[in-house]
Amino acid sequence: MVNKHLANTNGILYLSGVSVSFDGFKAINNLNLIIEPGEMRAIIGPNGAGKTTMMDIITGKTRPDEGDVIFKSSIDLTQLDEVEIANIGIGRKFQKPTVIETLSVFENLEMAMAGRRSVWQSLIHKLSKQDIKKIKDNLKLINLEEDELRLAGDLSHGQKQWLEIGMLILTDPELLLVDEPAAGMTDDETMKTAELLKEINKTRSVVVVEHDMDFIRALECKVTVLHEGRVLAEGTLDQVQSNQQVIDVYLGR
Amino acid sequence: MQALRTIFFPSINDAASRRMIMTLVVVMCLIPILNLVFPEDSFFHVGSNTIILLGKYFCYAILAISLDLVWGYCGILSLGHGAFFALGGYAMGMYLVRQYGIEIEATGQIIPEFMIAMGLSELPWFWYGFDNFWFALLMVVLAPGVLAYLFGYFAFKSRVPGVDLSIITQALTFALMQGFRLGEFGFGGTNGLTAFREILGFDITSDVTRLVLLMTTIVVLILALIFSKFISKSKAGRVLISVRDAEQKTRFIGYRVEHYKLFIFVVSAGLAGIAGALFVTQVGIINPDEFSPLNSIEIVIWVAIGGRATIYGAIIGAVLVNYAKTVFTGLFPEFWVFLLGGLFVVSTLFFPKGIAGMFSNAKLQAFVESVKTTVFSKNDDKKGEV
Amino acid sequence: MNKFFRHALTRSYQTLLFIFLMSSHFAFANSFDELTQELLNKDFNVKAAAIDKLANIKDERVKPLFVALTQSKIYYIKKTKQIGYYEVIDKQINFQTILTGESINDLSKRKYKKVTTNNAVRSQIKLHLAALNILSKDDAIRLSAIDSMLKSPDSLLLSVLKTATKTESSRKIKALIDLNIALIEIDSENETERKVAYEFLSKSLHEAARIKLTQVIDDESYTQEEKAFAEKALGNIEDKLKYLKVTENVFFGISAGSILLLSAIGLAITFGVMGVINMAHGEMIMIGAYTTYVVQLIMPEHIGLSILVAIPAAFLVSGLIGVIIERGIIQFLYGRPLETLLATFGVSLILQQAVRSIFSALNMPVITPQWMSGSIEINDALSFTYNRLYIIMFALMVFIGLLIILKRTFFGLQMRAVTQNRQMARSMGIRSSWVDAMTFGLGSGIAGIAGVALSQITNVGPEMGQSYIIDSFMVVVFGGVGNLWGTFVAAMSLGVANKFIEPFAGAVLAKIIILVFIIMFIQKRPRGLFALKGRSVEG
Repeated sequence: MVNKHLANTNGILYLSGVSVSFDGFKAINNLNLIIEPGEMRAIIGPNGAGKTTMMDIITGKTRPDEGDVIFKSSIDLTQLDEVEIANIGIGRKFQKPTVIETLSVFENLEMAMAGRRSVWQSLIHKLSKQDIKKIKDNLKLINLEEDELRLAGDLSHGQKQWLEIGMLILTDPELLLVDEPAAGMTDDETMKTAELLKEINKTRSVVVVEHDMDFIRALECKVTVLHEGRVLAEGTLDQVQSNQQVIDVYLGR
Repeated sequence: MQALRTIFFPSINDAASRRMIMTLVVVMCLIPILNLVFPEDSFFHVGSNTIILLGKYFCYAILAISLDLVWGYCGILSLGHGAFFALGGYAMGMYLVRQYGIEIEATGQIIPEFMIAMGLSELPWFWYGFDNFWFALLMVVLAPGVLAYLFGYFAFKSRVPGVDLSIITQALTFALMQGFRLGEFGFGGTNGLTAFREILGFDITSDVTRLVLLMTTIVVLILALIFSKFISKSKAGRVLISVRDAEQKTRFIGYRVEHYKLFIFVVSAGLAGIAGALFVTQVGIINPDEFSPLNSIEIVIWVAIGGRATIYGAIIGAVLVNYAKTVFTGLFPEFWVFLLGGLFVVSTLFFPKGIAGMFSNAKLQAFVESVKTTVFSKNDDKKGEV
Repeated sequence: MNKFFRHALTRSYQTLLFIFLMSSHFAFANSFDELTQELLNKDFNVKAAAIDKLANIKDERVKPLFVALTQSKIYYIKKTKQIGYYEVIDKQINFQTILTGESINDLSKRKYKKVTTNNAVRSQIKLHLAALNILSKDDAIRLSAIDSMLKSPDSLLLSVLKTATKTESSRKIKALIDLNIALIEIDSENETERKVAYEFLSKSLHEAARIKLTQVIDDESYTQEEKAFAEKALGNIEDKLKYLKVTENVFFGISAGSILLLSAIGLAITFGVMGVINMAHGEMIMIGAYTTYVVQLIMPEHIGLSILVAIPAAFLVSGLIGVIIERGIIQFLYGRPLETLLATFGVSLILQQAVRSIFSALNMPVITPQWMSGSIEINDALSFTYNRLYIIMFALMVFIGLLIILKRTFFGLQMRAVTQNRQMARSMGIRSSWVDAMTFGLGSGIAGIAGVALSQITNVGPEMGQSYIIDSFMVVVFGGVGNLWGTFVAAMSLGVANKFIEPFAGAVLAKIIILVFIIMFIQKRPRGLFALKGRSVEG
C-alpha cells in the first residue's frame, strides 16, 4: 500500500488520503499534500479547517484513521511516536510559545541541541567547544545574544517565539513545522520572524501555518488553503486570494 | 578519587548545599564527643534517646531527598514513597530477625521465632538469603527499585496524568499496607518485624552500635545530598526540569520523557529503601503502618516546607517538621494534628517555595545555622532536664 | 441413635399420638381445672393421660403450663392443692395459680411442692408443644416452630406435620413443613415414600436438605441405592446454588458499586468537572455520617424519620463546609492540581481532628430504622437485605438527580460553561467565582448525602472517610475524568468485579488485582472509559 504511493513522489513529506474524526466530526477529510525538499510552504485556512490537527498527525500526536503519512519517501510516520519522529528530523513549533521557563536561554538551547538523548549520556554530558560555538551562533541568529543567561520565562512573547525557533534549529531537523509564529507579535517582530524563517529555509524545508497575510506575503512562498479538513486551493498567495472558492469560504458564503 | 572529585565537586557549587554539608560534618564530629566524653549528668551530654531521635530525623531527611528528586525536579508527586521506604525497612528487618531463631529439627533450618508463633515450620522461599547482610543490603535497594521500575514502567509509558498518578501511587502503598498486614504474607502481619538483637555480630541496642549507626546515617545523608546535586546539575537534571515544566516540549525536542521519569523514580525509590533500612536498624521495628498513606503524604509536607528542588531544603524540612512533631506530640498531642493540617494549607497557600525560597542565600545561611543549633541545643536541653 | 431403634420408637410414638389426636373427638367433658388436678396424681400414666387431654382442649392456659412444666416451674400448695407457677426471686417466693393468676406468696417454703414429671412425660409435653405451635393461629409462632423443628427433624412429629400441612395457609410455612416431612420420610421404610422424599429434597434450596443429603452420603447405614439418590439430589441442588451464587454476587457487586458510586460521584464533580483534587472529600462523607448521628440525637423518638431528615441536613452541612473550603483555600489554587491536593489533605487532617475533639475518637452508634432492617427472601438460599436495596435505589436517585441538575437546570448550564471556557463564561456575565463555590458545595453536599447512606452500613468514626477516598479516586480515574456516566459504569463494574474476584483471591488480593487492572487499563486509555476525544490541547 505504502510502496504504491512511494513511486509517485520524492517529496520530503507526503500525505495521501489522510482522514481523522473525533466523535463523528471529520477534522481531516481525505487530505493530500506534498512538500518538496527545501521548500517553504504556508498553510492557511479558516478556524477549524484542520491545520493544527494536520500538524498533530505529522508529529505523531494524533493517529490518522486512514491514509499514508510518509517522510523522505520511505518512513511511515503513522508507525512512530512523537519522540521517534522528533529524532528522525521533524521539528515542531507550537502555537503557544513553549520554552522551558525555569531554565536559562543558554540551557534551553543546550537541551535542544542535536545529540545523544539517553539518560546515561545526559548524566555525563559535557559541552565541547564546537557545541558552545554552535549555541553562540544560534543565539546570534535568533537575536538573543545578550540574553543567554536570562531565564527563558523572563523573555518577551516575541523573544520566546524566537528562542523556540532557535531550539528547533539546533535539533537539526530536515523539516520544520511552525504553527502561527507571528501571533501576538508586533509588526517589527513579525517581519524579523519572516526573515528568520527564510534564513532557516536555506538549509531545511519549512511548513508554516499562519493567519497573518502580510507575514505570508513576506515569506514569498507557495500557499495551501485548507477547508473542512481538505485542500481547497494551492498556488501563490495572489492566485489563491483571487480563487472564488477561497473567497467564499473566508467570507462565509 | 580525583575522578570522583572532578565529577561530583562542581555539582556542589551553591553555597547553601556546601553549608549544609559542613553543618552535617560538624554534627557528625560533635555527637560522639558529646555522647562519649561528657559524663551522663553533664549539661552537654547527648543521651542514647537523643541519638535514636537524631538517627530517625536524618533517615527521614534521606527519604525527603528521595522525594525531592522525583517531585521537586521531575514534577512527579508520589504519594506512595513511604512504600519504598518500608520495603527497604522490611529487607533490613528480615536480615535482623534472621540473626537468631529456633532450629526446626526436621530440616535443621533456623527460623525466626515469630514464624513459629504463626504456625510456619519452614522458611518461606522469599526469606532465603536474608541471613546474609550483603544480600539483604542488595535487596534494600533492589526491592523498592524493582517495584518502582515495574510501577513506573506501566504508569509513565501510559502517560497517566500527574494527578491520577499521585492517586495511584497512594493506592499502591495502601494496597501494600493491607497486604503486609496479612499474616499469610509471611512478613509478621500487623506486628511486623521487631525484637532485633545483632547487626553484623554487634549488639544492636548498645550505645556504641547506635552511635555508629547514626554516624553511618549522616554519612549516607551527605552522600545522598552530593549524589542528588550531581544529578540535578547534570544535563539530565535539566532534562528532568524541562519534563516537569514542559513535558510535551521535551518530547518534541526528542527526549524519551518516560525513560527520564523511570530513571529518577527508580533511583529515588532505591534511596528511599536505604533510608528505610537505616531507620529500622535504629528504631528497632518495622510494621505495616509504615505503608500507611498518611506517612507518605507527610514526606510531601517535609519537602514542601523545606522548599522544592533544592535538596538541602528537603533536609531542613524533614528535620524541622519531625522535630516539631516530637515536641508537640509530647506536649499537646491533639494540637499536633491541627498544626500538621495547618502546615499543609499555609505552606501551599503562602509559601509555595518553602523555607529555602523564603530567604536569600545569605539569609538562608544564617537561618540554617540557627535552626541547626536550636534543634540540637533544644535536644540537649531536654536531655538536661530529664 | 441407632437407625433401627429409632424406627421402632417412632412407630410406637406415632401410634400413641394417633390415639391422643383421635381422643379429642370423643373427649370426655374434662375441664382445665379438673385435668390439671390429675397432674398431682402419683401415677405417671395418669399424668400422661391428663396431659394428652389437656393438649386437646382449647384453652390458652395450656401452652404456658406446658412450657413451665418442661422447665420444672410448676408447684402446688400441699394443703389446698392449688397449682401454680413457682419462682424464687431474691429469696422471695413468687407463686401464681394457673387457674386465676392469683398470687399466693406468703406461705413458708415447705408448704409448696413441685409437680413432678419424668423423661417420658417431658418428651410427651414437648411433642404437644410443638404440635400446639405448629397449629397455632399466629404465623410468626408457626414459622419459628417449624424453623426450630428443621434444625433436628424428629420422626415423632410426622403425623402432626402431616395434619399441619393440610390446614396450613401460608405458602412459605407449608413449604417448610413439607420439607420437614420429606426429611423424615427419607428414612421411611416405604420405598415410594422415600423416593418422593428424595425427589422433594432435590428441589429444595434449604440448608437442611443439603445437610441431610450429605449425611446420607456419609452414613454407612444407608444403602448404595439411597446414596446414589442422595448424590443425584445434591448435585441437582448444587447446580442451582451455583447459579444463585452468581446472582447473589451480582447483587452484592451492584450494592458495593452503589456505595462506590455514592462516594465517588461528588468527587466526579469536584475532580472531574473542576479539576480540583479534594483529599478532604472523604471527610465530607464522614461529616454527613456524623450529621445523621446528631439528627438522631435530636429526635430520638423518630428514628424512622431521622434518616429522611438527615439527608437534607447532611447535604447542607457538608455543602456549607465545602463552600467555606473553596472560598478560603481552593479559589487561590485553581490550575495547580497538586497544590490543591496538599492543601485539602491538610483540611482533611484538621476536620478529622476536629471531629475527634468534638465527639471522640471512638465510633458513634448510628441506629438503623425499622423500615431499613430485614430482608427480602427470594428463596431459601437467596435473600437481599433491605438496607442494601435502599442504598442501591438511593444511589440511583442521587445519580439521576445530579444528571438532571447538570443537564437541565440553569445552574448546570452555568457550571458547564465555566468548566469549558472560564473567560468566555465570564464575558457573558456568569459570576464564575460564585459558580465555582456552588459547584464545590454541590460536590461536597453529595458526599454528605453519601455519608448518611454509609452510616447505615459501616462504622461511623473520624477516620471513616479515609477508607473511601482512594477507591473513589480510582472510580473517577477509571471512569474517565469529567464524565458522570463514566463514573457510573466504573463504580458498578469495579464493584461487581471485586465481588467476583474476592472468593478465590481474598479481599486484599482482589483490591490489588483491581489496582493492577486499572493501571493496565489506563495504559490503553489514559483518559478513562468514557474519555472525550477531541482536538488535542496544546502544551
